[in-house]
Amino acid sequence: MPATRLNKTAQVSLPTDTEVRITRDLAAPRQLVWDAHTIPALIQRWMSGMPGWSMPVCEMDVRPGGKYRWRWRSDETGAGFGFFGEFKEVDAPVTMMQEEYFDPGDSGDITGAMPVNNPSLNRSTFTETKGVTTVVVLLDYGSKAARDAAVSTGMTDGMEISYKSLDAILVEQQGG
Amino acid sequence: MTQIQRLDATFTALADPTRRAILARLAQGEATVAELTEPFAMSQPAISKHLKVLERAGLIITTESGQRRPRRIEAAPLAEANTWLENYRQLWERRYSALDELLVHMQAAPPKSKRKRH
Repeated sequence: MPATRLNKTAQVSLPTDTEVRITRDLAAPRQLVWDAHTIPALIQRWMSGMPGWSMPVCEMDVRPGGKYRWRWRSDETGAGFGFFGEFKEVDAPVTMMQEEYFDPGDSGDITGAMPVNNPSLNRSTFTETKGVTTVVVLLDYGSKAARDAAVSTGMTDGMEISYKSLDAILVEQQGG
Repeated sequence: MTQIQRLDATFTALADPTRRAILARLAQGEATVAELTEPFAMSQPAISKHLKVLERAGLIITTESGQRRPRRIEAAPLAEANTWLENYRQLWERRYSALDELLVHMQAAPPKSKRKRH
């Protein structure tokens, strides 16, 4: 095998009817990637990724039975939404699994399609090869309808339809 | 059909490796059933069955060209399915790009506060 190639593009696949899997390589040792996923001050520096939104609340009690709470806030309107849940399994720095609930807050349409009162089981797995850490996030929504609704939150009106990515979807489906 | 029903038909059609190979071939240009059968160790009726599934999902159409009836790829359902996943993918990609930057920063200048090791 040649040296591990860094796949610095998030891959999304649908391994079963109820699950979504996201895979991404990160150019850092596993312990650092684990820290970035578990220490609130670090999480807040990358999880607030949406323009115009901040992440004022990030509470983490990373141990089996420990609770967590994340909340985002719109700079413009002050409206917010978030996620909260409980850690079911923690094996630092290898894997963790949470039961996660969506909190629609007062954000209205922005997150309209997200399923409420329908927890997902989120497993994150971290593997390191030659200084590159691969993160695999497996989200199980328990039903196809909830899974599809969650994935559909990525939809925005007036999105330009791209015809050039046929190869990409065929590869993703094969990979899935 | 609703959007989710259309997406279901598309993903069901794409779930089979032979059908993906047929689509990959048709992405290069239209082809007849005989031409599509050639690269596969499969009978023409077997290939025709796969073509029916693809046609029902709206992924291919049969064109009339004299005696030949070549199949052509129909891009819209694939584009819709791709956009559906692609927008979701981009949500994650935006986060991970931010994480890339944070990790560069963490490796360049480790935080002064003692990090808890497990």
